[in-house]
Amino acid sequence: MLLVLPIIIPLVIAASCLIALRRIVLHQFLTLAGCIVLLANAALLFMRVRHAGYIVLPIGSWPAPFGIVFVCDVFSAMMVFMTALIGLLIAIYSIAGVDAARKAHGFYPLVNILLVGVNGAFLTGDLFNLYVWFEVLLIASFVLMSLGGERRQMAGAIKYVTLNLMSSALFLTAAGILYGKAGTLNMAHLALAMRESPPETLMVVEMLFLTAFGIKAAMFPLFFWLPAAYHTPPVAVTALFSALLTKVGVYAIIRVFALVFGHGVEAALPVILVLAGMTMITGVLGAVDQYDFRRLLSFHMVSQIGYLLIGPGLFTPAAMAGAIFFMIHIILTKTALFLACGIAGRLNGSFQLKEMHGLLRASPILAALFLIAAGSLAGVPPLPGFFAKLFLLLAAFSEGRYALAAVALAVSFLTFFSMLKIWNEAFWKTAPQPVAPAGPIPFSLLSPLVVLCALILLLTLFGHPFHEVCRTAAAQLLNSDGYIAAVRLQL
Amino acid sequence: MTLILALVVGGLYAAGLYMMLRRSLIKILLGLALLSHGANLLIFTAGGLTRTHAPLLPSEGALTLAQSADPLPQALILTAIVISFAVLVFALALFRKTYETAQSDDVDLVKTEDEES
Repeated sequence: MLLVLPIIIPLVIAASCLIALRRIVLHQFLTLAGCIVLLANAALLFMRVRHAGYIVLPIGSWPAPFGIVFVCDVFSAMMVFMTALIGLLIAIYSIAGVDAARKAHGFYPLVNILLVGVNGAFLTGDLFNLYVWFEVLLIASFVLMSLGGERRQMAGAIKYVTLNLMSSALFLTAAGILYGKAGTLNMAHLALAMRESPPETLMVVEMLFLTAFGIKAAMFPLFFWLPAAYHTPPVAVTALFSALLTKVGVYAIIRVFALVFGHGVEAALPVILVLAGMTMITGVLGAVDQYDFRRLLSFHMVSQIGYLLIGPGLFTPAAMAGAIFFMIHIILTKTALFLACGIAGRLNGSFQLKEMHGLLRASPILAALFLIAAGSLAGVPPLPGFFAKLFLLLAAFSEGRYALAAVALAVSFLTFFSMLKIWNEAFWKTAPQPVAPAGPIPFSLLSPLVVLCALILLLTLFGHPFHEVCRTAAAQLLNSDGYIAAVRLQL
Repeated sequence: MTLILALVVGGLYAAGLYMMLRRSLIKILLGLALLSHGANLLIFTAGGLTRTHAPLLPSEGALTLAQSADPLPQALILTAIVISFAVLVFALALFRKTYETAQSDDVDLVKTEDEES
């Protein structure tokens, strides 16, 4: 029951919102209530999984591999928890952060359907079902991206929609070929079947999956839709997308490569590592040239995806644990930065860094919160970003990947430089002429940012126990025998 | 038969990708449609082509697995068709709206203002 509730709760909320389409206040209340229940459910699920290792639910009581199974391990539970948390914070932020016209055209039902798709993708144990959840979250994100119908939104949405549809077609192709090869789509059953086939014949399917998920994850050289599209919708939508959508892509890469191709993955690893390095470099170099706050952050998102790919690229327990730690840290940090960007843009009336000014004086609390998030993104000790990068670097060193480690360090330095640019332009620089002081920031805009920064600081304080959890999750991910045993295939 | 279908699938992918490289919005949309048809046909072909019975249990006598076609690829394709139909309709609406706001169906002319500056 705990396993399907993360899908049922937002689905019911979305349906209720659609029934009462014109009652915006009711939408807000329902979404907030739903996300709080979802958060409690996710916390309970996490505690159960920590204790039991795996929770498996065959849908409709059809035994695996004949029916669809839902499987939750520690990594899935962590991701579901983060989804619920981000959903709740965005629901709060959007009260004042999204305009009434967008709310009247179904902003809240769409956010809930997005949560349905994301949770489904994290929990399913069936490859074709994963495709279906991807489509659910994609269609919700398409509408959220283009909701409002401004010209620049349209231009961004076209690129986003076209490339993501292409990625879906590739995913379907890969799934079809895999079905023809193994005769099953249950991931545990596929993992068993793949062990018997020679690794060299798997390369084509592996690369198809890497391309399909790579487009969704914004991996080099497939990331161009992201900086072209992510700055066009309202900041609440961008923050939600940045926290969840690309991460679902990375999750799918990790899950499919660790479980289905767990044996015979060696040939694909150098490809992933090179792409990880290139993603880091191109992302951060793309950001150097940007003077729009939101576009700059979008390019940094790409570069952070590169760090996440080090985990599946090295394929060692230490690297996977580092990548999971990084994943949680980057979801918190990136959302915080986008929300801070939204408030800053609201105070200054512009997102162009050249036109922004004097935020340090206008709102010292916003400046302090931005510093925490930006410091963590750049990896300033003792913030969690530092430890996340440290774990990945140590994993790279122990595998003898010195070039990758050097790239990661250099990119980290450039990220710091980029954050400094934002600080200097938007916060430090004084206004050319005295401006009337802006009114106080609405509570609903500031409180999610405060919560995120508090969580970042908590992650600093409890870094060690949290890393232990990440190591458990990583060990579980790389031990496909445990997953297969838990699914209990009736062959 | 498998060879013919394989060639058809290859042709659909090639045509779809070629169309997606064009600058006209409507051609991109047609490319996407061809690509999803190709993927559906690929699942059908990869699932194995057998000239046997429908996968239904007869009222008398037993039907073994080897005697019947695999129903799963068809179920998958059915799902994929429904999804791609819905998504294409959304894309069509989006492209039309774009055409209205930008007064052009050329992708290169549909640019955001910060790209133009």
